[in-house]
Amino acid sequence: MKKILTGNYAVAEAVKMARTEFIAAYPITPQTTIVERLAEMVERGELSAEFVRVESEHSALAAVYGASAGGLRAFTATSSHGLLYMYEMCWWVANSRLPVVMALVTRTIGPPWNIHTDHTDLLTLRDSGWILAMSENAQEAFDLTLIGFKVAERIDLPFAVGLDGFQVSHTAEVVDIPEQEEIDRFLPERRRDRPFVIEPGNPITVGGLTTNECAMMLRHDMMRDIEKVGDLVRNSGYIRDYDLVEKYRLEDAEYVVVMMGAWCGDAKDAIDILRDEGVQIGMLRLRFVRPFPAKEIAKIDCKKILVVERDSSIGKGGIIATEVKSVADSPVQSVMAGLGGVDVGVEDFVAMFRRFVEGDLGEWWM
Amino acid sequence: MECMIAKPSKGSAGKTGLWRTFKPVYDVEKCNLCHLCWLYCPENAIDVLEDRIVIDYDYCKGCGICAKICAKKAIEMVREEET
Repeated sequence: MKKILTGNYAVAEAVKMARTEFIAAYPITPQTTIVERLAEMVERGELSAEFVRVESEHSALAAVYGASAGGLRAFTATSSHGLLYMYEMCWWVANSRLPVVMALVTRTIGPPWNIHTDHTDLLTLRDSGWILAMSENAQEAFDLTLIGFKVAERIDLPFAVGLDGFQVSHTAEVVDIPEQEEIDRFLPERRRDRPFVIEPGNPITVGGLTTNECAMMLRHDMMRDIEKVGDLVRNSGYIRDYDLVEKYRLEDAEYVVVMMGAWCGDAKDAIDILRDEGVQIGMLRLRFVRPFPAKEIAKIDCKKILVVERDSSIGKGGIIATEVKSVADSPVQSVMAGLGGVDVGVEDFVAMFRRFVEGDLGEWWM
Repeated sequence: MECMIAKPSKGSAGKTGLWRTFKPVYDVEKCNLCHLCWLYCPENAIDVLEDRIVIDYDYCKGCGICAKICAKKAIEMVREEET
């Protein structure tokens, strides 16, 4: 069935259809309407879940940790400063191998105070052990939330679904919603006994002081297991096909743009305009940052690659470009744009890509 | 993952009572059953029965806190015999 939903409502709908059993969250713009909608669903009896109101994001993820450790399918959502406030618990969840799903509505980290999108908040999770996905539109935010539960529960790692603040979160689009029976077949009840379960009468302690070798082995196993995500996503059995990347007009491209998130829609329009002028340009869109689609990037055979990104690592440059350079065969150019939610539209991309092709593009687009 | 999980169990580090130099000796006649020794014992080696306490010498390390805290001097620290 087709519905008109904002990205945030699409995520809430997916969480409901996943028959999520536990939700804890603290409001923060632009995430708030996800859990606002979920709270309504619980109150109306449309979703049989425990909704716990907490006093901070740190507590939100701590409560979700406990519920997930108790075997429940658990969800939270946050943005920017909220993510930073729950950051310690993010690592607890990852290293404890708990299959939590979190919606991360990207928002610039302040100061100065800013509620608009950039991707630096999502990328603070880069090294933690979370599977990191980034959606382009409301449909993907919906689909990736459901795929998130499936993949997370299969390999016992948490899954973050990124969606751009306002551009996706608050923009209403047509979303194709499968029947509940289809979702139930795709996503059966969570196995309570994995990776462990805390329950009355069977006391255990998780993550206490152990040997140094245990800590190292844990990270080794996480690294080994996250590599399975690509196959799990491709063969998840979901209604629509998904992969770690999307290839747009890539087959004969001499110039390739690597990007992620909502603005890829505008960039594709720009690619179409340049293609009409005869420029052989295409896009490899990252739908996942972790695991990093290294093989897909290494396969790009072109004159040069441009990474356009909404994030910055001060003292180095673009975070994604640094990673793309580490695996690409073709020369890679980096440009940081749209930080702080600065608008970058189709005309900007046309001009940017033209200068890239002509070899006249700097590291900052501003 | 296994090494992340700890289950409560007795004596996972062996019988730590072997570390003891001084042994707490209990005199039930002097005891008023205030249970301060049970409360203060850092090793959970004191059990409370209805009319007395019992010291678990398998795990008591002989720290002497129970003897120190006892207002009735019902516990005395005695040097372990050489074996």
